[in-house]
Amino acid sequence: MSPPLEHDYIGLSELHSPAAAVATAEDGALNLKETELRLGLPGSGSRDRSDLAGGLTLGLIPKSFVSGAKRGFSDAIDGAGKWGFAALGGRSEVDSGKCGALFSPKGENGDGQLPALGNAGKGMDAVAKATEHERKSAGMVGNSTGNERGVAPAAKAQVVGWPPIRSYRKNSMATNPSKNKEDADGKQGSGCLYVKVSMDGAPYLRKVDLNIYQNYKEFSLALEKMFSGFTIGQCDSHGIPGRDGLTDCKLTDLLSGSEYVLTYEDKDGDWMLVGDVPWEMFIDSCRRLRIMKGSDAIGLAPRAMEKCKNRN
Amino acid sequence: MTYFPDEVVEHIFDFLSSHRDRNNVSTVCKAWYLVEQLSRLRVFVGNCYAVRPERVMARFPGMKCLTVKGKPHFADFNLVPHDWGGDALPWIETAARCCPGLEELRLKRMVVSDESLELLARAFPNFKSLVLISCEGFSTDGLAEIATHCRGLRELDLQENEVEDHGRQWLSCFPDSCTSLVSLNFACLKGEVNTSALERLVARCQNLRCLKLNRAISIESLIKILARAPNLVELGTGSFTADHRTEAYQNLLNAFYKCNSIRNLSGFWDAAPRYLQAIYSICSSLTVLNLSYAPAIQVNDLIKMIRHCFKLQKLWVLDSIGDKGLAAVACACKELQELRVFPSDVYGTGIAAVTEEGLVAISSGCPKLNSLLYFCHQMTNAALITVAKNCPHFTRFRLCILDPVKPDPISNEPLDEGFGAIVKSCKDLKRLSLSGLLTDKVFLYIGMYASRLEMLSIAFAGESDKGMVYVLNGCKNLKKLEIRDSPFGDAALLENVGKYETMRSLWMSSCDVTQGGCKALAAKMPRLNVEVINEREESDEMVENPSDMHRVEKMYVYRTLTGPRDDAPDFVWTF
Repeated sequence: MSPPLEHDYIGLSELHSPAAAVATAEDGALNLKETELRLGLPGSGSRDRSDLAGGLTLGLIPKSFVSGAKRGFSDAIDGAGKWGFAALGGRSEVDSGKCGALFSPKGENGDGQLPALGNAGKGMDAVAKATEHERKSAGMVGNSTGNERGVAPAAKAQVVGWPPIRSYRKNSMATNPSKNKEDADGKQGSGCLYVKVSMDGAPYLRKVDLNIYQNYKEFSLALEKMFSGFTIGQCDSHGIPGRDGLTDCKLTDLLSGSEYVLTYEDKDGDWMLVGDVPWEMFIDSCRRLRIMKGSDAIGLAPRAMEKCKNRN
Repeated sequence: MTYFPDEVVEHIFDFLSSHRDRNNVSTVCKAWYLVEQLSRLRVFVGNCYAVRPERVMARFPGMKCLTVKGKPHFADFNLVPHDWGGDALPWIETAARCCPGLEELRLKRMVVSDESLELLARAFPNFKSLVLISCEGFSTDGLAEIATHCRGLRELDLQENEVEDHGRQWLSCFPDSCTSLVSLNFACLKGEVNTSALERLVARCQNLRCLKLNRAISIESLIKILARAPNLVELGTGSFTADHRTEAYQNLLNAFYKCNSIRNLSGFWDAAPRYLQAIYSICSSLTVLNLSYAPAIQVNDLIKMIRHCFKLQKLWVLDSIGDKGLAAVACACKELQELRVFPSDVYGTGIAAVTEEGLVAISSGCPKLNSLLYFCHQMTNAALITVAKNCPHFTRFRLCILDPVKPDPISNEPLDEGFGAIVKSCKDLKRLSLSGLLTDKVFLYIGMYASRLEMLSIAFAGESDKGMVYVLNGCKNLKKLEIRDSPFGDAALLENVGKYETMRSLWMSSCDVTQGGCKALAAKMPRLNVEVINEREESDEMVENPSDMHRVEKMYVYRTLTGPRDDAPDFVWTF
């Protein structure tokens, strides 16, 4: 399968237009940008909420790559047990080493990852090329003040060094995305984060406080108590998926026929699969939850379901 | 005065604190020159390439405090290539040889390696104070050297530097015998530090008055630290968020309650609103408040806090404060002298947060305002005229309208009249930054009225060479002129070449200056370095052998006693 098709279900079909990828967020394009797959250090020099981008940035990197082995891209999809994405260290603490061996604070080391990526299989190449092109045109990643902001992307003319803000401040703000817009409803004011949870076929909805859970595991256990037999994606608290992704997650429920998928509506109004991004990022962006029937979750689950079935 | 003994003259000179005054008295006569040079303790070098370190230290053998500045200001905005220069090592090496009694070193926009820091730590037994602003090239290893070897260190102040994190042990390197710290600022460090080492350090340094923590420090740590340092005057709070859901609020409240000396607050990177209330008790004594790295603070919480800050003199905020928030500031902060409003959306897009209304409100509510940095989406002439009338005391006025060349949205006219009103009304104006749609007229006004102006920043402004010429001919105290993306060419550059020797530097990028113009300037003025920065891009052949007609992308001209510098990288040509 060609890469664009692989990533169809999150609506990403613009892999080959890096210019659009680098474009400044305009409201319409915002969503595309945030879920866009690119190579770059989490939180480093990226155009917008790199927290989010950071979580998804390495999406194309097969989980196996993370653990050091080299496998083909499609193999990795099989093995990952998630819907094709390994969210890596969504926290944009670039220097804290939480991202593991893959990244070190400076962009120079990020460069070193590209050749390895090229080995990861044919499916990766087109993407690697597209993203590498995007990286080159976006200039060096990294936090040095010598960063050139690079080329003017298509959507809006970006001028080097404009607005005149110190690199240090830009870098600080890039790792600290403004939460103002989203918190306007004061959800976090009282320390609670109640969101509605609906389940297809259930007679009434429930509400859960996302703040009281520390990770997806606790959350799914709690939801299980409220509802039964559903499925989430796999992402532990460090954002690095478990090796045995397939057995750890609730896919088994899927196979055993419960056919439910847990999804959520994010800040932008899109319905996303729960479990892709690190927990903190999830509770930051989740507006409401819906436990969907598998048959409704077109493009979210089916291919992975197929792979699971094939694997078994 | 020549019949006074030297000691008396020297004593009189002691009262001159400004280096400019001392420079002036040293030119009066030979006797005064000699007295002054031997007694000058604080030396300021505004451009590290204007003079060699050896010459400075030969002239001022008694030097105790040295300040050196490196890269041009536009390096802050990535306009200067990474390895352009500005190495601090020659200065530190020379000082180690010639002025081992050095006690203070302040560097701005320079490249400081770990090697330099190591030398600094070992070569100066009386070293007391290191201040690094917007520097790069060093890591926490270098800091570890400083901590280990500088006995009696009083101040370590790291402001907005790019520091590589090589682990968290540098703070532990302060020996147990170190009790002399008065000021410690590591807010710009990205990595974690050893918090128990920090707590012990704070506990034993009873004279600590300024402590600025980095983002990695949580509220729990902050509480412990405050308990050990109740006499702090300046505090950078760290992240101001708790690691997990503890009942930290009450402890925080108690901790701040005991700290009644705090006058200067900053940090708050991830501030949660519930913790912010803990500082209301100290707001009423604050004189400086920096919330510009705290996008998590909402407008309403900000307003609640500001209402208590009636002694505030300096406020740095993000534009999320909005016009509404600025109106609240105008009501509450009658002592305000400096305001900086930074864009929260750093790439300059998104919804308008502050407009001219906020600025007008501030100007009418805060008559003592003398320093402004204001990022906004629009400005009108009428607003600027009002501001000029309300606040005639501006010494620094920097306005950045995020959309370059944006006119007055109401009249659709350029902002010449508005800025003209500012320079006409503010007779003490020393620093000015322009933005928005501007014709040559604004420069006519500046040349006519801005007689005390020392630094002028121009971007996307003007129509012809006349603009630049008005400024060069008019502003007699001009020291630094930096221009980008404006239609000024060789004619303007060469109109008043003598002017450049009275200035520290001139920067022009993306203007119409050609290589021929640069060569002509260099030929006429041998005591200027005319540097042209050529970055290799697509067409290398153009760069290899450009003609004199070729437009120069970046030019940096500065007066110097040393001739072309010997550490220029190969993309910098000095004509």
